[in-house]
Amino acid sequence: MSILIDKNTKLICQGFTGSQGTFHSEQAIEYGTNMVAGVTPGKGGQIHLDLPVFNTVKEAYDETGADASVIYVPAPFCKDSILEAAASGIKLIVCITEGIPTLDMLIAKEKCDQLGVRLIGPNCPGVITPGECKIGIMPGQIHLPGKVGIVSRSGTLTYEAVKQTTDHGFGQSSCVGIGGDPIPGSNFIDILSLFQADEQTEAIVMIGEIGGTAEEEAAAYIKANVSKPVVAYIAGVTAPPGKRMGHAGAIISGGKGTADEKFAALQDAGVKTVRSLAEIGSGLSEITGW
Amino acid sequence: MNLHEYQAKQLFAEYGLPVSQGIAVDTPEDAAAATEKIGGDKWVVKAQVHAGGRGKAGGVKLVTTSKEAQAFAAQWLGKRMVTYQTDAGGQPVSKILVETCTEIAQELYLGAVIDRSTRRIVFMASVEGGVEIEKVAAETPEKILKASIDPLTGAQPYQARDLAFRLGLEGGQIKQFTNLFLGLAKLFQDMDLALLEINPLVITEEGNLHCLDGKINIDGNALYRQPRLREMHDVSQDDARESQAAEWDLNYVALDGNIGCMVNGAGLAMGTMDIVQLHGGSPANFLDVGGGATKERVSEAFKIILSDENVAAVLVNIFGGIVRCDLIAEGIIGAVNEVGVEVPVVVRLEGNNAELGREVLEKSGLNIIAANSLSDAAEKVVAAAGGAQ
Repeated sequence: MSILIDKNTKLICQGFTGSQGTFHSEQAIEYGTNMVAGVTPGKGGQIHLDLPVFNTVKEAYDETGADASVIYVPAPFCKDSILEAAASGIKLIVCITEGIPTLDMLIAKEKCDQLGVRLIGPNCPGVITPGECKIGIMPGQIHLPGKVGIVSRSGTLTYEAVKQTTDHGFGQSSCVGIGGDPIPGSNFIDILSLFQADEQTEAIVMIGEIGGTAEEEAAAYIKANVSKPVVAYIAGVTAPPGKRMGHAGAIISGGKGTADEKFAALQDAGVKTVRSLAEIGSGLSEITGW
Repeated sequence: MNLHEYQAKQLFAEYGLPVSQGIAVDTPEDAAAATEKIGGDKWVVKAQVHAGGRGKAGGVKLVTTSKEAQAFAAQWLGKRMVTYQTDAGGQPVSKILVETCTEIAQELYLGAVIDRSTRRIVFMASVEGGVEIEKVAAETPEKILKASIDPLTGAQPYQARDLAFRLGLEGGQIKQFTNLFLGLAKLFQDMDLALLEINPLVITEEGNLHCLDGKINIDGNALYRQPRLREMHDVSQDDARESQAAEWDLNYVALDGNIGCMVNGAGLAMGTMDIVQLHGGSPANFLDVGGGATKERVSEAFKIILSDENVAAVLVNIFGGIVRCDLIAEGIIGAVNEVGVEVPVVVRLEGNNAELGREVLEKSGLNIIAANSLSDAAEKVVAAAGGAQ
């Protein structure tokens, strides 16, 4: 078991023939992901990476019965791409692109919710179930099939956590990058609930950062609903207020969204928090006895 | 991206919202001329900077002669204003807004933000206007009235009426508030705003609603489709190094420590600053070089980091996901040679071809200290910068 995706997941790619879509689709196929088609408007009927290209997501879905779509199209066109995928019947959309206007995301997220479509991202590395399916831009080789579920707002911080859990020999059940934007398609709570229900996942690593209150909301959720051990790290203790730290969503505003508040809420929920990002693996050992 | 008050009010006026008649000027003579052009015998002169707290800093004044307006402009133009919201250096003043004076009966608050929890544009209104709204929200949250906008249907008049009645408005004010609310909601959508604030929104002695101040922040991700707003951007209000970094698509934020940081990925960049502090050091900056850490970008990043005189050592922390660490190592060597880096540089490479990358660095003969792990890197850079503080 795993969450969201496994070896049977049939994946299509929007923005398939572009440079990003091509490069990361090659990597995904090499990893063993079951890619079945791609979509690039105007290039329907062509073959790319030995896979059929369709003009529309609807055609690709009807022809292949795809379960998931990954989006690599440029930010100005992402709202349209997400809405197209959501309308096609596909139930999981992973949007990697960074820089989508927030107002576009308000609409895309609302529509996905209405249609019962799960959206991961944008501005994220994607989702991986090690050894089975890789949807996104994460380096496959650092992963190891195993028992830790990882959920994170940051790409490179996810890789740090993956590497540590691999080095310790714990491995990962699934890793989900929910992205660094203020309006993510899925939040911590959405993913935590899946990990809690997943048999393969024995412990959870949650990586947050400054800005917003998603970590505080997750803390309350964990307190009430999550029985599995959780290790959490929050980035940005040293971030000054009012400054956007790279990610669109990483900003302390009006005194809200500080790392200290988030650490406090998680500790209160019984979560093992680590102040150093080098201690995620050892923190897991400590609370699980592994 | 922020706008100045005079620019925000210009947009308000275009959307038919009630603002004072005003002229933004950049010389003392023009300030005097503006009072004559506007007419009357009382004006408000306001220095334009991207920061709140201007009143307390002496940046807002009621004047009764052209000469006074001229003197105020002469006093501020070309100077820097320090308020509780700026750093110690303050913000440069290059425009003065000269406005008609409004007689105030009551001060209200009206603002709108994108609420991340509910994923809606949320309007907030309060009878507690003219004061810091964060303080009202913290101490008396019940005094902040809210209306949440459905992204698929947009703002509706009933929502405006609901707020208006709860604010205690009456008669013609209800209609005025409804127009104001719908106009602001349209402005928010049309211009891709991230934040909008009118504090205070006043009721004049004649009983009319009037926007006395205006603050607008625009979603940086949407600037590509807002060419006009891009042109309104006053770069003099931004940190010079941050602007320079942005030209190279580097995210840089200046801090006040002595350890320069160069990292790929925003989250890891924050995590690196934190681990430096945890080992007793003090980060000089946040810098995300992004995914493609090429020699050119690394060189530019070094230049920006080293333009801060406080920097005593630099920590480069790269997690090579898809990119190869040996290529990054070569980029670092090229950059160090080209820029002429004189402070110690600690490099931690992890991921794809990391060992090869470390070998390349060791063989370079440069003053580059290779680190084996994140904690090791933090310890080494803190030591290189003169030890824990």
